[in-house]
Amino acid sequence: MEGDIVQMGAYIGAGLACTGMGGAAIGVGTVVGNYISGALRNPSASASQTATMFIGIAFSEALGIFSFLVALLLMYAS
Amino acid sequence: MAEEASAFNIHPMDQFVIKPLFGGHELNWYTPTNETLWMGIAILAIIGLLVLGTRGRAIIPSRTQSIAEMAYGFVYNMVVDVAGKDGLKYFPMIMTLFMFIVFSNFLGLLPMAFTPTSHIAVTAVMAMGVFLFVTILGFARNGMKFLSIFWISAAPLALRPILALIEIISYFVRPISHSIRLAGNMMAGHAVIKVFAGFAGALGLGAVAPILAISAVYALEMLVAFIQAYVFAILTCVYLKDALHPGH
Repeated sequence: MEGDIVQMGAYIGAGLACTGMGGAAIGVGTVVGNYISGALRNPSASASQTATMFIGIAFSEALGIFSFLVALLLMYAS
Repeated sequence: MAEEASAFNIHPMDQFVIKPLFGGHELNWYTPTNETLWMGIAILAIIGLLVLGTRGRAIIPSRTQSIAEMAYGFVYNMVVDVAGKDGLKYFPMIMTLFMFIVFSNFLGLLPMAFTPTSHIAVTAVMAMGVFLFVTILGFARNGMKFLSIFWISAAPLALRPILALIEIISYFVRPISHSIRLAGNMMAGHAVIKVFAGFAGALGLGAVAPILAISAVYALEMLVAFIQAYVFAILTCVYLKDALHPGH
């Protein structure tokens, strides 16, 4: 047994922060799933919306990256 | 024996340590580091591709020329599609950002290489540059009308102050999310590869599963390296469009 309770709290917090990535995963899945279901209904319109899909992925993914960053800060910077 | 075990005991975050190139431990602003080296290699590779590729100007392009033309056409179409025709004035900036990020990302995938874009310091400079540029451009082109991107006239009047608050927050979070997205993706991907490499080192010769996993993650990382550069460039186009046409 070594370390102190502050470090334990930081590690637990880092683990909890990683659950935020699950939300980003749901968001990205929703974006891509809806894009594909739309693209299969109207394939001719799909090419023009690919960029929009990537923008949507990027916005949704940014929040997951924030939680990853919080986890990293707790692991290495606290 | 103990030494051999410790040689495999790699920490996944060790690859991001910035070291001076010519020995020593001092880091000043002018010290050439591995970061500088790999940025320089990326820039030389871009110059090599674009200058050597377009030197021949053949009607039937060589392989290098087709790649240079494909990169140019790809970014050109992206700027026209997202920012519109009058965004083309700022095409060189977006092309530069895209090529630098894509080359840094891909060169960082070489074994033993260093990824400059995995450092928030590097991506934050690019993202802050884009943010300041877009804000100044918006005010210079539209004057105070630029503030209308915060005041959404399509929404009901009662909702507009709340939406304005949200829009202002999301506007100022832009440089943070823009830089952290790229750096975080690069860092996370490389750390995952190193974690599996640590498993392979611990298992020794029988490490079939970790090596298969590394190959799979590596393939995914090639995709991510391209997509993150694409996303960075396309978001720059989106911000540029906001600055050029704040009304819609």
